[in-house]
Amino acid sequence: MSLAVAAGLGPRLDRERFQWSSLLMLSPALALLGVLFVFPVLYAGYLGFTNLALVGSRSRDYEFTGLDNITRMLGDYVFIKSSWLTIIFVVGSAIVGQTVLGMALAILLRNALVSVRVVIGSIVIVAWVLPEITVALVWYAFSQAGGTLSILLRQTDTNFLVTVPMLIVSLANLWRNVAFSMLVFSAGLRNLPTEVLEAAEVEGASAWRRYRLVVLPLLKPTIVTNLLLVTILNLSEFTLIYAMTQGGPGIETMTLPLYVYQEAFVFHQLGYGTAISLVLVLIGAVFSLLFVRASRSQV
Amino acid sequence: MSAVQARRVAAENLIVVPYRRVSVAALATNTLLILLGCFFLLPMLWMVFASVDSNPDWAIKLPTLTLANFADVLSRADALTSFRSSLILAGTTTVLTTVLALLAAYPLSRMHIPFKRSFMLAILFASGLPVSMLIIPVYQMYVSFGWLDSLYATALFLSASSLPFAIWLMKNFIDAVPVELEQAAAIDGASTFRILRELVLPLTVPGIAVTGIYTFINAWGAFIIPFVLTYSPDNQPGPVEIYNFMGSHGLFKFGDLAVFSLLFSLPVIVLYLFMSRYFSGAFNFGGAVK
Repeated sequence: MSLAVAAGLGPRLDRERFQWSSLLMLSPALALLGVLFVFPVLYAGYLGFTNLALVGSRSRDYEFTGLDNITRMLGDYVFIKSSWLTIIFVVGSAIVGQTVLGMALAILLRNALVSVRVVIGSIVIVAWVLPEITVALVWYAFSQAGGTLSILLRQTDTNFLVTVPMLIVSLANLWRNVAFSMLVFSAGLRNLPTEVLEAAEVEGASAWRRYRLVVLPLLKPTIVTNLLLVTILNLSEFTLIYAMTQGGPGIETMTLPLYVYQEAFVFHQLGYGTAISLVLVLIGAVFSLLFVRASRSQV
Repeated sequence: MSAVQARRVAAENLIVVPYRRVSVAALATNTLLILLGCFFLLPMLWMVFASVDSNPDWAIKLPTLTLANFADVLSRADALTSFRSSLILAGTTTVLTTVLALLAAYPLSRMHIPFKRSFMLAILFASGLPVSMLIIPVYQMYVSFGWLDSLYATALFLSASSLPFAIWLMKNFIDAVPVELEQAAAIDGASTFRILRELVLPLTVPGIAVTGIYTFINAWGAFIIPFVLTYSPDNQPGPVEIYNFMGSHGLFKFGDLAVFSLLFSLPVIVLYLFMSRYFSGAFNFGGAVK
């Protein structure tokens, strides 16, 4: 028996056998995931097509309403605006901002003095490690009228969270998350084959040409992975935006996760809120498919 | 150093050598980095300065030094209670998630399990699902179970939502432990659980540490889950407390808020520094989606 366990590590004896002890070890995780992950996902798939409410008669006697929530969404200007804001946020702050700045930081840090690299690298990473609520607070302070940003821009009466709210929350989010892309790209750069770079240098290619024609194509798998991860992580961003603006002023920063929360727990429309969250999942799936496709196409 | 060696070193560092010759480029690189560093430093610096300033406001200014803000916060019952709630929430989540992830990751790494590949893909997919979707059905379930406003029940859902990524992370760490030792132990007659306890566990300590610390950092900062699932002031963890402070315009002192968020941030920064020793390999994602 114990030999079979050992042989189970190699493929030959292993193929036929399934160890019951592995099920035993998997079962606590499977039980927890089953009850509080898989079931809620399936339940959400059902609730999204009902008129369940948080309070009132519909909180008990809710019913399946078919495509009503979908029709309602199509005529809901808040939902349409919210979807656009989500796409602007993800494309601006994550896909473009985080990726470009992360790559720039990784390349710059690689070529910087050791002391500069250690200090600046650590500061960027601390911004990432800070709890989101702390980031929300320091950026709230930073962008208030009379805050540091208004003094730097010599407009001390301007509350930038009122005048350009989407820009500020996107910057705050970029500020917090760029370390992730920076670390991914730093690792990618470290793993590049040195022979190719050596050859390019011997041939006399300038630094710019080496990065554009050699490094970037070689980094393509890393870039695609980074894009996939930052898109999925940022699509569901809630805490930072909510703590800074609650979606306001008006609905100027009401991205989909905030709209889901508002419909479900402020307006008590649990069914409709769930339906919106399903759209959010759908957007994530579409983005993921696009990136996985891109990663399969040839360099 | 021979010419060949020199060129090799140069190539490994990509463009260090040309930069040493062209000092303008080196100057530009370092200046640009320092400017970018200011962009990252300035917002944080407010928190540090305001925490020791006797008269802080929204802008960064040199503080009139005082420790009164710290004394103030440390004597506030609500601040201490929220620290306690955060500890219970993050502690329970971390222990539960790490133990379950370790138990699940071992067979996933070593044993034959039908549909293992699909399972791992599902795990990866699950860790990308938005919590704002799960929270509505879970809220409904908690209402019917009578589990609302319980820190341990909240930790249970936090664990469930952290578990997919924790399993994935832990499996990668166990994959890296050589199997020969286990084969030898098995041939010598050790049981699966003995192998796990006396062999795999010690060798997987870095993986367990990283998974545990990662889970703790996330649970410590978790906002929407406790925000929805708990309501009494005694059960509000740090993030919800800070949010409530921020919302009560004028009712809080800037200094107190800065001290509270500084104290609340310190544990995760310390833990990250501790973890980063083990973490260097974790960002080699190249081609992971292929």
